[in-house]
Amino acid sequence: MALTNEIIKERLIAKFGEQLSHFEEPYGLLTFEAPKELNLKVMQFLFDDTVLQFRFLTDLTAVHYPDEKGRELAVVYHLHNLVDNIRLRFKVFTAVEQPDIFTATQLYSSANWMERETYDFFGILFVGHPNLKRILNVDEMDYFPLRKEFPLEDQTRIDKDDAMFGRGTLPTKV
Amino acid sequence: MAKQPRRSSVGENIKKIIMARPVRFNIHPIKADIKDNISLANAPEGYTGEGFFATQLSSVVGLARKNSLWPLPFATSCCGIEFMSVMASHYDLARFGAERLAFSPRQCDLLMVMGTIAKKMGPIVKQVYLQMAEPRWVMAVGACASSGGIFDTYSVLQGIDQVVPVDVYVPGCPPRPEAILDGFIRIQDLVGHESVRRRNGEEYKALLHEYGIQ
Repeated sequence: MALTNEIIKERLIAKFGEQLSHFEEPYGLLTFEAPKELNLKVMQFLFDDTVLQFRFLTDLTAVHYPDEKGRELAVVYHLHNLVDNIRLRFKVFTAVEQPDIFTATQLYSSANWMERETYDFFGILFVGHPNLKRILNVDEMDYFPLRKEFPLEDQTRIDKDDAMFGRGTLPTKV
Repeated sequence: MAKQPRRSSVGENIKKIIMARPVRFNIHPIKADIKDNISLANAPEGYTGEGFFATQLSSVVGLARKNSLWPLPFATSCCGIEFMSVMASHYDLARFGAERLAFSPRQCDLLMVMGTIAKKMGPIVKQVYLQMAEPRWVMAVGACASSGGIFDTYSVLQGIDQVVPVDVYVPGCPPRPEAILDGFIRIQDLVGHESVRRRNGEEYKALLHEYGIQ
């Protein structure tokens, strides 16, 4: 019998019960939320379970929701079951003041660079990562550019007129 | 060679007509048209007489330098594609004495930076500039190299003049090959009129000092 989203959901609830929440299926992709302390346990279960066999971490990234107090940063994991060719996605949320998340590098080797990238752009501190340093941006960068509090444009420039770029008001004609 | 007897059937005649002729019959030799058709660099002003010609050293040096610039293309994106057509036969940068494009900074005179330079690439542009021997010139081709262009963002250097001094900026996104050639001719003007003492001057040293060079 082919593995379906319903079977995955049942097995997850049988194991973790009420701790997993917000089950949805946007565009057929099973999505749920886990407490951040449980991220490794959930992944280990998905990896080891003989039915689920999610043994490939395809993507790992983060999202910044500045308006959600206490759970500003979401870390998103995309897993793939290569046997049944089925994917799922789960998120853990953390406060921006202490963005500590357990690293997945012991379980999935592909997490190494993706966690470095996520650290680079969102400042998620992956606890236990073997080499947590910037991977894409310049080493001297002292902020995390994809967090919403940092404007995209370089603020030190004086030669670009905001009005010409659709930000700010055009000078009124006299 | 004995002539082969021919059969005069209509079908064979048509076949003969449409059959491609050997290449050697298609070539019409053209006599080389070189009279008044070769551009020579004009001699600088000077005193001339029987068997001698005297002029300033700077004009001779300038004349030699401007007509044998060796460009170093540092192409990272679409402006580099435009530059490729500048190099190729249609626009032909070689007409301006820049026949030898090299990728070895130590032999080159003109650094042509074409395309977006990410902040991570900035130190590399500077390193290439430092490896070039004096006298050296820099041309920023395109909006990105000149000012960051549309990439007003955390990862892109907002103009290469933040890391190396630039002599000529070529605007455009990307600039047309004619514009790049125009920029090159302006570099030639600068080279031709440069004083031989400029690179030893205080002003030039101060300029390099601004960029933290030497």
